[in-house]
Amino acid sequence: MSKLSWSVLLAILAVLLAAPPFLKNYGVYLFTYWLVFVIATMGLNLTVGYAGQKSLGHAAFFGIGAYTVAILMKAGFSWWVGLPVAVAGCFAVGLALGFPALRVQTLYLAFATLGFNTAVWLVMRNEEWLTGGTFGINNIARPSLAGLPLDKPLAFYYFVLGVTLVLGALLWRLLRSPWGKAFTALRDNPIRAESLGVNTRHYTLLSFAIGAAYAGVAGALFASLVEFIEPAAFTVGASIMMYLMVVVGGAGYFFGPLLGAAVGVLLPEWLRFAQAWYLLVFGLSVVALMLWLPDGLLSIPDRLRERRLAREAGAARAAAPRVEAA
Amino acid sequence: MTDFLQLVFSGMATGSIYALAALGFTLLWQASGTINFAQGEFVMLPAFAMLAFAAAGAPLPVAFVLTAVLAVGVLGWAFKRGIADPLLRFGLMPIVVATIGLAIAARSGMRAGYSAEAHPFPSLFTDKLFTVAGVTVSLADVGTLAIALALVLGTQAFLSRTVTGRAMQAVAQNTDSATVLGIDVPRMVFYTFAINAVLACAAALLVTPTYLAKFDMGESLGNKAFFAAIIGGFNNSSGALLGGIVVGVAENLAAAYISPAYKDAVALVLFMAVILFKPQGLLGRKVERKV
Repeated sequence: MSKLSWSVLLAILAVLLAAPPFLKNYGVYLFTYWLVFVIATMGLNLTVGYAGQKSLGHAAFFGIGAYTVAILMKAGFSWWVGLPVAVAGCFAVGLALGFPALRVQTLYLAFATLGFNTAVWLVMRNEEWLTGGTFGINNIARPSLAGLPLDKPLAFYYFVLGVTLVLGALLWRLLRSPWGKAFTALRDNPIRAESLGVNTRHYTLLSFAIGAAYAGVAGALFASLVEFIEPAAFTVGASIMMYLMVVVGGAGYFFGPLLGAAVGVLLPEWLRFAQAWYLLVFGLSVVALMLWLPDGLLSIPDRLRERRLAREAGAARAAAPRVEAA
Repeated sequence: MTDFLQLVFSGMATGSIYALAALGFTLLWQASGTINFAQGEFVMLPAFAMLAFAAAGAPLPVAFVLTAVLAVGVLGWAFKRGIADPLLRFGLMPIVVATIGLAIAARSGMRAGYSAEAHPFPSLFTDKLFTVAGVTVSLADVGTLAIALALVLGTQAFLSRTVTGRAMQAVAQNTDSATVLGIDVPRMVFYTFAINAVLACAAALLVTPTYLAKFDMGESLGNKAFFAAIIGGFNNSSGALLGGIVVGVAENLAAAYISPAYKDAVALVLFMAVILFKPQGLLGRKVERKV
């Protein structure tokens, strides 16, 4: 990373650390909400952006994480017991969902994952004995950390921020490891990757499972944040929204989820002035954004660099002595 | 037994509407590699356009023709020029996201700008009931099935029998060789988008009397159409018909004999079974992997 991006990053971190105490409770809530989606879309970015799998069922994992924690807490276990169970559960289901991915690609995979999401949602809605059906599960408590209660909005925010940083660092390490290289090789050209000895089976499954585990953590945090969960938060529509966040931010860019989740979570809030029209404005902005930047917001620096190089090359050509006349 | 036949028959009528939406969807995919996540909204918008023309005093057939013309311009031409053409060279992801954005915009625009309620829609058919071999069927079911079948088979015949249709198929199968053969590729692709728009209008005409005109009617219709297209075979237009009818019938039977709560899961289970055992769909061709 360049010096510039480091300083931008440090500036963002400073704002994230310093700003919330000056915000009202709702502002802190929104920031926390945003970070939860950053975690979820970090996982989806691994599956979609780095490993190149078209996954439209991420909200199902998010939901499995949230419900696992909520159900276990209702049964009297602590959040800290629920979290690893939720993560392990999502990892296992992610592995299982990876299997159709080995058979079908691109669009078919998109619909297979979308179908998986519908199935999970139907179970959440119809199995009332387990999930409370459409009434959902309420009064989900917030965890405490080393004896410190996290039920104040600000405390919980800093907790989620810490989790985000840890998970971000883990993902950063993973992507720079041989595994990360294998993921991108898989995305760029699966057949070439296979012929170079990358076990595509392995990595396809892993990309789903790790992405799902991230969604599981996000779901566990989400349940505690909103303190009430119901199936509506985990529909196919929510999955599509997460996919949109990844692509809008920039699929395959490490910091894409930061921007993408901001567009998906915070932009609709800013558009509230448009009241009933805000989703229309949102939809149209997404279309316009795709037309303008098909590779997402984080492709702007790359674009600027390309333009500068093109200009320099043009200048060099103009300055060079004309040899073709000779 | 008569119950069973009745369920199958009304399932076929619903399924033939899924097939109409699915057909347009496979056509776009074949001719230009466009996947349109706003396909359901492409049915919802014409439904409201027809209501608007009817409210302005046009009889239903006139409203339909006016809507179809409008749809060819907006959902066909403008959609192709504005979204499909500029985005296709960037691969699948941007176009998927752009059409998702379009669907959100269309749904919420209709809700905010017009109304969130369900509006009744005039039916083409009277409330007549027939009894055939002990099975009672409504004129609406028979008529829907007949019109939808005629449209799907007509589109098929157009594609395989006419010069234009064959040229369109050539474009779908191999764009480069079609260009070499002197086929006007952009024009053929536009025809595909236009046909998609008209089929969507027809689906709106047939589906809205039963399901009412509502801002979010496209959501589940679009999903069913996608599943139907994949079950039948994504790269085969007859597959769309088969897939639509399979989904419609299976849904009806499952709602009656298994559980109405899981009715929406039927298309999904079928779909999972199909992609696991025959990923190219029931009638689809196998696509070779490109190195």
